[in-house]
Amino acid sequence: MPAQSFTEQFDSLRGELPGAALPWLRELRDAGIERFGSLGLPGPKEESWKYTRLRPLEQTGFAPAPAADTVSIDRLPALFPQSGMGHRVIFVNGRLRQCISFLPGELPEGAELGGLAEALGRDPEGMAERLGRIGRLDGQSLLALNTAMMRDGLLLRVKAGVTIPLPIEVVYVGAAGAEPISYHPRNLIVLEPGSRATVVEHHVGLGEGAYFANSVTEILVQEDAELHHYKVQEEGPEAVHIATLHARLERGAVYDSFTLSTGAKLARNEASVQLAGPGAECHLNGAYMLRGKQHWDTTSVIDHLTPHTTSREVFKGVVDDEARAVFQGRITVHPGAQKSNGHQLSKALLLSDRAEVDAKPELEIYADDVKCSHGAATGDLDHEALFYLRSRGIPESTARHMLIEAFLGETINGIAAEGLCPALMASVGHWLSRATNGERS
Amino acid sequence: MLEIKNLHASVDGKAILKGLDLSIGAGEVHALMGPNGSGKSTLAYVMTGRDGYRVTEGEIVYKGRDLLAMSPEERAGEGLFLAFQYPVEIPGVPNTTFLKESLNAVRKYRGEEVLDAMQFVKLARRRMKELGVSEDLLKRPLNVGFSGGEKKRNEVLQMAVLEPTLAVLDETDSGLDIDALKAVADGVNALRSPERSTLIITHYQRLLDYIVPDKVHVLAGGRIVRSGDKELARELEKTGYAAFTGEAA
Repeated sequence: MPAQSFTEQFDSLRGELPGAALPWLRELRDAGIERFGSLGLPGPKEESWKYTRLRPLEQTGFAPAPAADTVSIDRLPALFPQSGMGHRVIFVNGRLRQCISFLPGELPEGAELGGLAEALGRDPEGMAERLGRIGRLDGQSLLALNTAMMRDGLLLRVKAGVTIPLPIEVVYVGAAGAEPISYHPRNLIVLEPGSRATVVEHHVGLGEGAYFANSVTEILVQEDAELHHYKVQEEGPEAVHIATLHARLERGAVYDSFTLSTGAKLARNEASVQLAGPGAECHLNGAYMLRGKQHWDTTSVIDHLTPHTTSREVFKGVVDDEARAVFQGRITVHPGAQKSNGHQLSKALLLSDRAEVDAKPELEIYADDVKCSHGAATGDLDHEALFYLRSRGIPESTARHMLIEAFLGETINGIAAEGLCPALMASVGHWLSRATNGERS
Repeated sequence: MLEIKNLHASVDGKAILKGLDLSIGAGEVHALMGPNGSGKSTLAYVMTGRDGYRVTEGEIVYKGRDLLAMSPEERAGEGLFLAFQYPVEIPGVPNTTFLKESLNAVRKYRGEEVLDAMQFVKLARRRMKELGVSEDLLKRPLNVGFSGGEKKRNEVLQMAVLEPTLAVLDETDSGLDIDALKAVADGVNALRSPERSTLIITHYQRLLDYIVPDKVHVLAGGRIVRSGDKELARELEKTGYAAFTGEAA
């Protein structure tokens, strides 16, 4: 039996999706499916999809993921070396798995942490106020699809002045069997004025099955609040990972993010950040390691809407075999956004002749008193450095690994969250230890 | 120890070495002098196996084995060490990590036990003290932001830690003040023993005041054009290389 299209899936599921009885949510979902229906899957005709084709989605039918408790999980990978370092929320195939999530100690008063589905039942008015407010549907068909199909996701709300001292680790497990499945996590993070939180997302695949994780994250960082948002993407080898992020930063707000990507067959991170108040500052950094036929895409749009706003975007990656990396970044400084400061850099190491990197940085500046720069560099491992190490007796494969670790370490070591740098460097080391072409002599 | 016979080598298709013969016995210190462009550094790179240096004729026998058939790391394992004229800066690799990796790789090659962090630090500290190298050099990224003198001292530190059988010093004296020069010389002299040999590549006689060579060779036009004892270096200091460049042409 051929798999249903997403629109057909929606028609048959609409009555059982969370919040089906809420008129505002019905409207939101209907608008989403209508938009998705008219746009279809994004294709090469769209400028921002020029380098990334969603072939797996065109060729394979992905059925809606079954309820989470159909998956048995005996061991979950932990990012932090010792447990108890933070709060932990676990989603399996897009749905909150309450029984294995845990929150050591008490969350501070004024912090709300949980799942979207549950919140829709508990506080529909509050959700009506916040959901779908930051993520704009225009032109974004996968966001529209998510809006129609969303079931669950992370809900974090931190009230004014409250700090959550421990990081919140959010594990997203993708577990598919023989049949390809899809799910559409919807995350909502609201940091009210002066609050602080650290969220660490960990995306992992169980087994080798194909799945399509189409997540959307809406983030609001209000006045002088600070969100540290880290993500480790280690999806399964047949996974399609799409993550759309919309963030709005108000006066003096800080949004600091880092994404390490090593997994998935096809991954796209699409971020749109609005610097909407003076003093707002955004760091959108990351590292990636690709091999085989992996395809990775990071596309970002940063809007400097007001004066005295700052953005920093640095991505470094290593691409082996026939893998391909796409980096598209646009910084727009809007009229009147004087004294804005934007910096963007993409650096990649190609480990094979057949690997490819497409970097497209763009600056659009409509104000005259700004400081903006961008750059992109793609190259091979430094031959002189490699020879120097080998001349000291270090075997070529070890020397290559040392240079790759040094290259990525420069960006990973800038991460502020305690205990996370070693975890990410361990991830890098693990990737290298599985190296195939990295061993070429 | 080392036997170079009729060595011809080219870089980018251009012949640089044109029939070089050189023989260094165990325990000997030889100096190789010569004008710019005569092929001194090319010889150093051919010996250590750098990419892009093509041997078109001749052979190098080191400790009875075909040196040219070995990879750069094998040569290091066999006790060959080159102090680079321009040590490479490698951001993100701490000097200490590099030195420990290097020492343990060489020890492993020789079938010796690898050192743990404590044992390594102890050894490195001892060598640094002997050479008058400040300890903070180890904590910094490899050669990054090092002054010229620091880079050269760091090369000598590596040499002292790795204890090579044949050390090649490629213009290690260039750009050094007198204190650094003495430190480099002390490092080399400390390693002198009946089993170890040294090849000093230099422009000037200055370093040879501190490391007295057994033999001095003049390289010009890709060949050794004259050999002698330490007096030859003093003579060159007075007369320059003009006579030899003419001779080679």
